[in-house]
Amino acid sequence: MILALLVTAALTALLAATLLLPAQLSAAGEARLIERIDALLPQTQCGRCTFAGCKPYATALARGEADINQCPPGGPSTMIALAALLKRDARPVDPKFGVVPEVATVAWIDEPACIGCAKCIQVCPVDAIVGASKFMHTVIAAQCTGCELCIPPCPVDCIEMRPAAARA
Amino acid sequence: MLLHSHVRGGLQLVGHKRRSAASVRIAAAPAEVILALDQHTGLPAIALVKPGDAVAMGQPIAQPQSDISAWVHSPISGRVVAIEPRPAAHHRGELAPSIVIANDGEDRRHPANAPVDFASMDPLELCEHIARGGIVGLGGATFPTAAKLLQARACAHIHLILNGVECEPWISCDDLLMRERAHDVILGAHILCRSLGAAKCTIAIESDMPEARSAVRAALASDTASNIEVASVPSIYPAGGERQLITTLTGQEVPADGLPSDIGVVCQNVGTAAAIARWIRDGEPLIRRIVTLTGSGVREPVNVEVRIGTPLAQLIEDAGGYQQPIAELIMGGSMMGKTLPHDGVPVTKGTNCVIAATAADFHERGTEMPCIRCGNCAEACPASLLPQQLHWYALGKDLDALESHGLLDCIECGCCDYVCPSQIPLTQRFRDAKPALLETVDSRTRANDARLRFESREQRLTRLEAERRAKLDEKRKAFKDAR
Repeated sequence: MILALLVTAALTALLAATLLLPAQLSAAGEARLIERIDALLPQTQCGRCTFAGCKPYATALARGEADINQCPPGGPSTMIALAALLKRDARPVDPKFGVVPEVATVAWIDEPACIGCAKCIQVCPVDAIVGASKFMHTVIAAQCTGCELCIPPCPVDCIEMRPAAARA
Repeated sequence: MLLHSHVRGGLQLVGHKRRSAASVRIAAAPAEVILALDQHTGLPAIALVKPGDAVAMGQPIAQPQSDISAWVHSPISGRVVAIEPRPAAHHRGELAPSIVIANDGEDRRHPANAPVDFASMDPLELCEHIARGGIVGLGGATFPTAAKLLQARACAHIHLILNGVECEPWISCDDLLMRERAHDVILGAHILCRSLGAAKCTIAIESDMPEARSAVRAALASDTASNIEVASVPSIYPAGGERQLITTLTGQEVPADGLPSDIGVVCQNVGTAAAIARWIRDGEPLIRRIVTLTGSGVREPVNVEVRIGTPLAQLIEDAGGYQQPIAELIMGGSMMGKTLPHDGVPVTKGTNCVIAATAADFHERGTEMPCIRCGNCAEACPASLLPQQLHWYALGKDLDALESHGLLDCIECGCCDYVCPSQIPLTQRFRDAKPALLETVDSRTRANDARLRFESREQRLTRLEAERRAKLDEKRKAFKDAR
């Protein structure tokens, strides 16, 4: 009788442990989840979500420190994909994180006006601006993600967003 | 040459080729030519002339703006009258930026175009020279030839295939070219072999073109080199599709996301080879081509050699004009051709055939009925796809399923349409579904690229920060030691 009770108690404890374990993700499991979340993000690296890029946002999402509606470039489709992966309820992307233009845009530098301060080069998250101090800069349009991060630092306001050319 | 495998799927169709099989006629130069700047695959060319400029025959008038783009030359001598949007056949009559030139009737040649000795040229230089001739694939895809050659140059042991398998019904321009100008084709083969460093060349000709085959064989008999052979391919549509032909000849399949050069093969149309021969031997860039003009609607179906940019209306007039009310005007063959809204569009580099079809030429398509899952389309598909499944997914706009079922491998040959007992316009569905899928695949590639660039930047910044700290620590330590 006592033995039977002990065995049952032991089994219950074991079952509870196996069920509760996944709740505390192992480090490797968390890294895998971050990868999977990151794969759903648009990789604009614009920081509109308040994190320093797509990977940091993915990390915050994996740890439950961010909501799924913080990515304007990804729009509703990214939000729905995130909701499905993270088993959370879908909710509209919050406009307080910014609004992106309907057509894809890329940064464009008015080259005659550029003074070569290299400030935009330092902030470009994907190294899509070439140039050097006191030399003219230019944007590699094919690599520009349209994050708009280069616009505020420019001291002469010579950068603007233009519709991305049709890609051949 | 022995074929390695039979043609997969496909259809045996009535050719209608005999109608236009008389010898090639040279068309009169038109009073005005219209040259679209985007008549090749890739980015449009940039005009080098302005309205009012005098131009000579063969003079370059637009230059490529990237690697995948092509030169455009003036096919006549005269004066540029306008650079403006004009209706274009490759956009089904929609507007394309074009250069319009009025003919002065003198055919003054551009003095800078001179023949070159290709045998003494460096292969890379030869590729660049071919690009300057404005040569693009004349089989219909108009892909810039030099770009194709340069992509393939990295591979060793290239096998060059010249595609003379003109499998689509109604078209006979390559057949006539091989019959009458086999020497041009063979010279083109030698030039292409030289530019690619190819050891071997196969000229593939359809089995129902005996005259073309014997003409090419006769021309080869007087040729000293022995690295060119002739292969006969069964006349099944679409045996002449690039991927289909390569599999038939070599037994190997081109990877779905790869190029023929990945398996050591380069495929060029016989017309392209002949155009290259003219550019190298005579110094004449791609300014004219042979066009099949056929259908019950024209009085004399014929193959004509015509200047690029000639309006179709004039071409049809040269062939005796229309003789019956036209039901449909088609550029290309009956399976893959595009319907044109009117004949006010010009001939482009890619115009291989114009069909002025009357109601008697084609069966009218019945009303679309539901799919009965008969599977005829899957049997006919030369790309081994499942059109019946793709159809469901296209209707439901399920991009993931469309991708995993290989929509992007569809060559839009029209075989599934043709055999469908429910008259479902499958090819049109697939054509409509492709842009959205391409956009998704493309944005995924771009996102992956951006991710890699972001991560390598992060790594670089971390490393620089660590280096800066290490240096500071060293300084601090040195200062402490000195004290």
